[in-house]
Amino acid sequence: MIRFTPIADPPRGRVAWVTLGALVFALVVAGLIFWLAGTNPFEAYAAMLQGTVSDWSGWAEVLRRGTPLLLIGIGLTLAFRAQFFNIGAEGQLLLGAVAAGGIALFTPLPPLLMLPTMFVGGALAGGLWAIIAALLKTRLKVNEILTTLMLNYVATYLLIYLINGPWKGKNVRGFIYSDDFPDFAQLPTLPNTQVGWPTLLLGVLLAVGLQWFLSRSTGGYELRVTGENPEAARYAGISVNSVLFKMAMITGGAAGLAGVGEVAGIHHKLLEPSQISSGYGFTAVIVAWLARGNPLLCLITAPLMGIILAGGDVLKINMNLPFRITDVFSGVILMSLIASEIFVKNRIKFGK
Amino acid sequence: MDEILNALLRALAFGTPLLLASLGAVINERAGVVNLGVEGMMALGALAGFAVAYGDGSPGSGSIWLGILAAMAAGGLAALLHAFVTITLRANQFVSGLSLTLLGLGVAGLLGKKYEGFPLIGQPNQWPFTIGAIVLALLLAFWLTSTRAGLTLRSVGENPAAADVLGLNVNLIRYGAVAFGGAMAGLAGAYLSLVYRPSWTDGMTAGLGWIAVALVIFVGWSPLRAIFGSIFFGLLYYLQFRLQGKTFIPTEFFSAMPYLLVIIVLALAGLRGQQGAAPEALGRPYTRGER
Repeated sequence: MIRFTPIADPPRGRVAWVTLGALVFALVVAGLIFWLAGTNPFEAYAAMLQGTVSDWSGWAEVLRRGTPLLLIGIGLTLAFRAQFFNIGAEGQLLLGAVAAGGIALFTPLPPLLMLPTMFVGGALAGGLWAIIAALLKTRLKVNEILTTLMLNYVATYLLIYLINGPWKGKNVRGFIYSDDFPDFAQLPTLPNTQVGWPTLLLGVLLAVGLQWFLSRSTGGYELRVTGENPEAARYAGISVNSVLFKMAMITGGAAGLAGVGEVAGIHHKLLEPSQISSGYGFTAVIVAWLARGNPLLCLITAPLMGIILAGGDVLKINMNLPFRITDVFSGVILMSLIASEIFVKNRIKFGK
Repeated sequence: MDEILNALLRALAFGTPLLLASLGAVINERAGVVNLGVEGMMALGALAGFAVAYGDGSPGSGSIWLGILAAMAAGGLAALLHAFVTITLRANQFVSGLSLTLLGLGVAGLLGKKYEGFPLIGQPNQWPFTIGAIVLALLLAFWLTSTRAGLTLRSVGENPAAADVLGLNVNLIRYGAVAFGGAMAGLAGAYLSLVYRPSWTDGMTAGLGWIAVALVIFVGWSPLRAIFGSIFFGLLYYLQFRLQGKTFIPTEFFSAMPYLLVIIVLALAGLRGQQGAAPEALGRPYTRGER
C-alpha cells in the first residue's frame, strides 16, 4: 500500500528535483524503447548530443526548432492556466502559415509593410481558429480537446487543398507547393543558419510581456482566478467567457505567429502541412507543462525541447530511424511529467 | 436498391473498428475514467496484431487468432499504464491520454518499421468481427442496465464515494474498466491491420481513435446507440470514397468531412444538452475522504 501525505506549500527545490527526476526517468524509458527497436540507446543519445549542443551549427538547429516551440509554448501556458486544454496548436500554426502565404503571394503591399502585415494576419488567423473551439466550449459545453484536435485535421486538409488547387505554384508541376514568396516577404536569418531572428526576438518579447500580463495586470488576474476556480470568478463579477475568448485569441495567435515564422523564415513558400508544423503543437504542450504556467520559464524549456527535436532529426538521418521517434520522446516525457506531479505535492510512505 | 444495400454493407465494414473502440471507451468512461489514448492504443494493437499474425512472413508461421489476442493484450497493457498514472498517481486524465496517444503512435511507428509494406496472407472474413461487435454492443447494453455488476460499474462512475461506503473497491473496478477499454481499442486496431487492410503502415489509424472518443459523447454513453453512431460514421467514410472526384467539390473536402462532422455532431450533442448524460465523476480521480 502506498500512502500520500499532502504538502501544503511545496518548496521550489522539491518542484525542481522532482521535475528533473521525471525527465531523467523519461530518458531512461525512451532509451529502453530504442533498445527494443534494435538501436543502441547510448549511441543514440551520444549522437543526439553531438549533433545539437557540441557546436554552433548544432545550437543553430536547436534555436530553429526552439523558436516555434517558444512562441506556441508561452501561449499554451496561458491556456492551461485558464483550464483550456488547447491541443490544436498544430492547426493554429498552419492557419497562421496560410494567412502569411496568402498575404505574401497575393497582396500588392509595399515591401516595408509586407512582413508586419504577414505577422498580424497570421496571428489573427491562428487566434480565430482557436476561437472556434472557445465558442463551442462556452456556448455548447463541447470538450475543447476534441474540437481543437479535429480542427488540426481540418486545417491540414485546407492547406493541402490550397497548395494543390487555387494556390498551386505555376512552375512546380508534379509537386504540391505554392510559388516562392517575393524577397521582401522573406525573414532575415542569423548568418549561416535558418534561425529567423525577428521571430526569435518576438518570442522573447512575448514571453516577457505575457509573464507581466499574467502576474501584474487585471486581465492576468482574471485569467488566474478563472482557471483556479470558475465559480469564484463568476461570483467576483469576472466574465469567464470573455476571459476564455481573450485567452484563446492569445494562445492561437501565438501559434499563428510561429506559423508565419516557419514559412517566411525557412520555407519561403507554402508546402505540405506536416513539413510546416512538424509536431510543434504537441511538443509545445510539454514546453508549457514543464514551465508550470510561467511564460518566462519557456525561455528555458523551449530550447530544452528544441534539443530533443533537433536531436531527433540527427537520429533520423544518422541512424535511419523513422520520424515517430519524436512522438516517443514527447509521449514518454509528458506522461512521466504528469505522473511525477503527485511527488511534488505529497510525501510518500510505503506500508500501512 | 443494390446501391443502398452496398452502401450499408460498406458502412458496416468502415464502422466496425469505430464500434469496437467506442464500446471499450463507453465502459471505461461509465466507470469514471476518460482515456484519450484510444488512437495510440489502436496503433499498438494494429502493430502487435500484424506482427504476430505475420510471423516471419512464410505461410503458417503466424496465427491470425494469436494476432488478435496479442493486439488486445497490447491495448490492454497500454491502458493499464494510463490507469496507473491516473488512478493510483491521480494525474490529469486528459493529458495522460494525450501522451498515451503520442507514445502509442511513436512506439508503433518505431517498432513497426520492419513490417512496412508487406501484405498479410490469409485475410480473415470481416463478418464475424462486424456481427460480433454488434452482439457485444447488445450484451453490454443489457449488462450495464440490468445486471448487478453493471450497476456496480455505473455507481463507481456516478458516485464513487457512495460505492466505497458500500464496500466496493472503486480503484480496482476502474482499473478493470480501463483495461477493457484498452483491449477493445487494440482489437479495433487489429481489425484494421488484419481484416480491413491486411498490412501495416505507419499512421494507418488515421484519426479513427479520436472519432471513436467523440462518438462516445455523441451516443450519450450508450452501447446501443453506439451501433447506430458507428454505422453513421461508417456511411460517411463510404461517401468520402464514393463521391471523390465525381463532383465539383474538391477531394480534400471529403477527406476533412469526418473531422468536421465530429465537431458538428459534438455541437449538436451540446445543443441537446447531452453532456449532462456524462457520468457524474467522469475525469476525476477518487480519493477516499475527499468530496
